[in-house]
Amino acid sequence: MSELILKTAAELADSLAAGETTSVELTQVHLDRIAAVDGDVHAFLHIDAEGALSQAAASDARRANGDALHALDGVPIAVKDVLTTIGLPTTCGSKMLEGWVPPYDATVVKKIKDAGLPILGKTNMDEFAMGSSTEHSAYGPTKNPWKLDRIPGGSGGGSAAAVAAFEAPLALGTDTGGSIRQPGAVTGTVGVKPTYGSVSRYGLVALANSLDQVGPVTRTVLDSALLHELIGGHDPLDSTSTTTPVTGLVDAARAGATGDLKGVKVGVIKELAGEGWAPDVMRKFNESVDILTKLGADVVEVSTPSFQHAMAAYYLILPAECSSNLAKFDAMRYGLRVTPDGDPSAEDVMKASRDAGFGDEVKRRIILGTYALSSGYYDAYYGQAQKIRTLIIEDFKKAFEQVDVLVSPTSPSTAFPLGAKLDDPLAMYMQDLATIPANLAGTPGISIPAGVSDVDGLPVGVQLLAPVLEDARLYRVGAALEGAIGPVLSIDKLEVAR
Amino acid sequence: MPEITRDEVAHLADLARIDLSDAELDHLAPQLQVILESVASIQGLAGDDVPATSHPLPMTNVFREDVVTPSLTPEQALSGAPAVEEQRFSVPRILGDEQ
Repeated sequence: MSELILKTAAELADSLAAGETTSVELTQVHLDRIAAVDGDVHAFLHIDAEGALSQAAASDARRANGDALHALDGVPIAVKDVLTTIGLPTTCGSKMLEGWVPPYDATVVKKIKDAGLPILGKTNMDEFAMGSSTEHSAYGPTKNPWKLDRIPGGSGGGSAAAVAAFEAPLALGTDTGGSIRQPGAVTGTVGVKPTYGSVSRYGLVALANSLDQVGPVTRTVLDSALLHELIGGHDPLDSTSTTTPVTGLVDAARAGATGDLKGVKVGVIKELAGEGWAPDVMRKFNESVDILTKLGADVVEVSTPSFQHAMAAYYLILPAECSSNLAKFDAMRYGLRVTPDGDPSAEDVMKASRDAGFGDEVKRRIILGTYALSSGYYDAYYGQAQKIRTLIIEDFKKAFEQVDVLVSPTSPSTAFPLGAKLDDPLAMYMQDLATIPANLAGTPGISIPAGVSDVDGLPVGVQLLAPVLEDARLYRVGAALEGAIGPVLSIDKLEVAR
Repeated sequence: MPEITRDEVAHLADLARIDLSDAELDHLAPQLQVILESVASIQGLAGDDVPATSHPLPMTNVFREDVVTPSLTPEQALSGAPAVEEQRFSVPRILGDEQ
C-alpha cells in the first residue's frame, strides 16, 4: 500500500502542484488499492483503469505544459453509478440497465472531466437510489470497511465505502432523503447535500425530481468544499438549476478551520432525539454540541414540530414521484427487454420486463406511489403530504430566524448488520428520520464524523443544516467542529486490510 | 386503518405495468400494508388553510432561444435500444387482438 492514498484531496493537489508526484502515480496507487481491497468491500460496480490512467496522463501533460489548471486537476475521483458517463456503464444498481452505456455525460461528470479529475470507476448503490444500506443493489451489497458484516449506509454506500477504505480520495454521491449524509455518518466520512437546484441534475437518473441533489463525498470538510465549488453553478440543461453562483465554500472551510465560532448561533433540534435514537449515538452527539459551545457558539434548543411527520410525508411524495419517473423504463428505447412467449403486445413486454428488471424495493415504491396518486386517495395522501411539506418549510424558516445553523445526529444508529432490516422496509426507512426534512425543504446539509460509539466502536455522524443558499455556513461550522473533534477515520481502525 | 388488499396490489401493479407473480404478491402486499399504516398518520393533519408545496424552491418556467444546438446523432440515440430497424426503435405490436 502506498502512503499516498492516506492523503486528503487537498494534500494531493498540493503534492501535484509542488511536483512531488504525478497524476498517473496517484491514479495508479488508488487503482492498486481498489485491486487489493474491493473484493472485500465491493464499493465499485465498474472500474475504468485504462480511462483513468489516460485522463491522468493528460493531466500530467497539461501541468508539464504550464496550462492553467483547476485546483483538483489530476486528483482521482469515483462516481456514483446513477450519473451518466459516456463510454462507461451506468446501471443505477439495477438489472433494468445492465450493460447500458449512456451516449451523454451528466453535467457534473463533464465538469469533473473538464477540470481534469481522472474517473476511477462507478460506485455501487441501492437500486435507483432506493434504500439506506446498499443491500437493494441488484449486484450485491457494499460492505462497511470498518466492519465487513455491517452496512455502509445507502443509497450511496459505494461512494462512502470507497472513500472510507481509501480506494478514492473523492467521490460524487446523490441525496434524495439522506443518501449522501447517512452513508457518511456510518462510514466516518464527510458528505454534503447542497441546496436544491445549486448543483446540476442533468444526467442524474432521477428518483424524485423535487428532492434529488448531487453532492460531494470526502474524508474532510475542506475536500467537500473544493469538490462542491467545482460541481456547483447554473446549468441551462437543468430547468431547476438556480442562477446564484456557488462560491465562498472553500474560504468558509478555511475560516472555520481556525476554530473560532464566536457569535454563531446553533440550534439543537428537539424533535430529532428521544425514542428510536440509540443512546451511544446521542452520547457522541451531545459531546459535539458541547464542543460547539467551547468553540464559542451560542447553542440553544429549537423546536420544529412538523419534523415528526416528515418521514410519512416523504414516503408518499417520493413514491409518487418515482412511480411516475420510472415509467420511462418501458423496454422500448433502452434497457432490459423481456419478450414473453407467443405474440406479446408492447404492454405484455413492458410488464414482463419491469417485473424481471426491478427489485423488491423499487416495486414496493412504485406500487405505493401508484396508490398515493390514485383518484380517491390523492387528497388524503399525496395532497396531505404536500401540505406537510409546507409546514416543514415554515418550521425551517422560523428556526433560522433564531439560529444560523441547526444540528442533529445524522442517523439514529451506527452501522447495523447486513440483512438486519432487509425484510422490514419500515425499519429501514427510519434510518432517514434526521436527513429527510432538508430534502423536503431544499435546504443544504452536511454530515461530519462525531467520533466512534462507546458500544461498538463504529462511527457516529453529526449533521448540520443551513438555510437555502447558505451552504457556506455548513463549511465554516463543519470545519471548526471537525478540527476540534480530530481525526475519526484512520486506516488502522478499518477491518479491511491495510 | 387504511387497507391495501392483495387484489388491490395486483390492480396497482397492473396499472404500473409490472407483471407480479403470485409469490411476489404474497410477499409485497403485507409489507405495503405496514408502510401504508405508517404513512397514513398524516391524514387530516394540515387543514384547508395550508397550501400544498410541490417543489422546495419557488420557480418559474424556463425558456431558451429557439436556436439549433448540438444533439445526439441517430446512432447515439439508438445505441441502447433493445431492437433497431431502419434507424428507428423497433417495438412489439401496440394494438391488442380486439383492436
